[in-house]
Amino acid sequence: MSQIFHPSTNTLSKVSIVSVVLLLGGLGYGLLALNRSPYVARTKIPFDQPVPFSHKHHVAGLGIDCRYCHTTVERTASAGMPTTETCMSCHSMIWTNAPMLEPVRQSWATGKSLEWTRVHDLPGFVYFNHSIHVNKGIGCASCHGRVDQMPLVHQENTLYMEWCLDCHRHPEKHIRPRDKVFEMAYQPPANQLELGAKLVKEYKVQKLTDCYTCHR
Amino acid sequence: MADHLETRNSTTTLAGPEPVLAPGHTYATVTDKIAAVPLEVGWPRFWIVGFTISALIFGMLLMTILWLLGKGIGVWGPNNPVGWGFDIINFVWWIGIGHAGTLISAILLLLRQQWRMSISRFAEAMTLFAVACAFLYPTFHTGRPWLAYWLLPYPNTMAMWPQPRSPLLWDVFAVSTYATISLVFWYVGLIPDLASMRDRAKSRFAQVIYGILALGWRGSAQHWNHYEIASLILAGLSTPLVLSVHTVVSFDFAVGLIPGWHATIFPPYFVAGAIYSGFAMVLTLAIPMRAWYGMQDFITMKHIDNMCKVMLGTGLIVAYGYAMEAFMAWYSGNLWEMFMFKNRTTGPYGWSYWSLIIFNVLIPQVLWLKKARQNIPLVFVLSLVINVGMWLERFVIIVTSLHRDFLPASWGMYYPTKYDWSMYLGSIGLFLTLMYLFVRFLPSISIFEVRTLIPRASKGGAH
Repeated sequence: MSQIFHPSTNTLSKVSIVSVVLLLGGLGYGLLALNRSPYVARTKIPFDQPVPFSHKHHVAGLGIDCRYCHTTVERTASAGMPTTETCMSCHSMIWTNAPMLEPVRQSWATGKSLEWTRVHDLPGFVYFNHSIHVNKGIGCASCHGRVDQMPLVHQENTLYMEWCLDCHRHPEKHIRPRDKVFEMAYQPPANQLELGAKLVKEYKVQKLTDCYTCHR
Repeated sequence: MADHLETRNSTTTLAGPEPVLAPGHTYATVTDKIAAVPLEVGWPRFWIVGFTISALIFGMLLMTILWLLGKGIGVWGPNNPVGWGFDIINFVWWIGIGHAGTLISAILLLLRQQWRMSISRFAEAMTLFAVACAFLYPTFHTGRPWLAYWLLPYPNTMAMWPQPRSPLLWDVFAVSTYATISLVFWYVGLIPDLASMRDRAKSRFAQVIYGILALGWRGSAQHWNHYEIASLILAGLSTPLVLSVHTVVSFDFAVGLIPGWHATIFPPYFVAGAIYSGFAMVLTLAIPMRAWYGMQDFITMKHIDNMCKVMLGTGLIVAYGYAMEAFMAWYSGNLWEMFMFKNRTTGPYGWSYWSLIIFNVLIPQVLWLKKARQNIPLVFVLSLVINVGMWLERFVIIVTSLHRDFLPASWGMYYPTKYDWSMYLGSIGLFLTLMYLFVRFLPSISIFEVRTLIPRASKGGAH
């Protein structure tokens, strides 16, 4: 009886043992990496908007405070989107004929709101409240990144639950003094953990990690 | 086939220890007879008829699953207060059935019980297929089986680990460990026989398939040395599983606070019940198989007798469990326990409790009689009775405990729907389909182990 398999099968079988392990390991690692990639998490991708509003120009260039437009950030769950009137409080006087601002003038004339594309889109089953975070010393930039450096806003962080929980479990790593919350260029001091622990105590920050804190 | 094979069974009436292999066999006849089933017997009529029926029932399972995925698990009967219906009943039933395979292949191997050799292979296959059927129920009970991987601990983007305080999670580990070890054990045990199949196969296709599966086995002394070590290690790993898996399954109930579940007797009583139903299923499968394929030489009356004795023993432990439930309900003086027992025996599901006692406790007592253990049709019927009885046991534990708990306002009834039934019957179809395929394509009795039963000319006695 002739041999069923060619002698090279010996090598092939040894190689296949190693490669199956590597392949499965690589596949698992790859899937986890893909799941956290900017492609799946939608981070670092600027979104097209009806008006190419530049936070870089308005915040870094002109020095407008976050709260000038996002008026309810300290009081309600939603930070609030500015009304067209807020835009027109300046743009009825400057750049009145800029073609870029035509949708704003249209909105003002017709009373129909501008329809911005939502960048930070939490799933409907997650309850999030801006005011509690702002009032407990979490800076805008901690979650939204350096918005003052973004010509068009992109999502800086994944908004994955692991990202939320990292701060909810260790708030001292990210907390800052209340008066620095709206400071875009704030740099945590060298003794952040020490200061953070002190602030956590002072602001009575609870490390809320129960399911129903966010999933109500 | 050689003439001496016709003398089978004649020895069983002789005095002295009954043989676990009919006399007159040589190495060659054992291999010829067992290897012929996949290689030469081909497609006998009983196989085609049996397989077709099983495959059709399996098709019903697939249709049920399709409907279930489209409509959601509301098509099943579970409700408030009976949140666990057929899905958990059938899950526990199948997992229990699997236990005989592990007991035979692991514990009886370590105890050097020679009679295990000719039934271990298909008992292990039965274990695997039963676990596959069991997997169906919790997976589809989740409602969104495509997210079932959430049950496993892996570094996910939710920074969540499965809840280690839940017995349901212990189940995940217990059952997946069990499935893995059983698969590896079964496959390792198959390797020498797969090599025999490779060497005997006539068609190129069969040679290549069996050849790949045989992993280059040549039967050298070194191979056998490795094989023996691997087999002992796996038996050592499997042995605690025989006890632990169903113990963990019983924790699903025992850790709960519901009267009728919250009992310390559950682990041993579940393990005994598992082995009881497992041996019943081995007999249900072995009796037709040995008749259809003429395997009476290898699965002798001695095997049937031994399995009946195991059933009798484990059946008595199970009966003790039932008696203790009744006793503790009275002895504890606990109002809820007493109500549970009264409701279980005389409530709306009282018929299920009394059927259970008849099927699982009373009828199997005929196994005390040697005449009964030697009567093949009777043993076959008994094995079916015990299978039904063990299914009823899980029905009684789950439904009667849940449907009337502490608060009368939350009492209710559970009625299985036609999808509950088609999922249950369908899983039997899946199980039998896999069994038919196994018997057709793999040596269903371990050739090399049975060959060790042949009396040697030199030193030592019969075995």
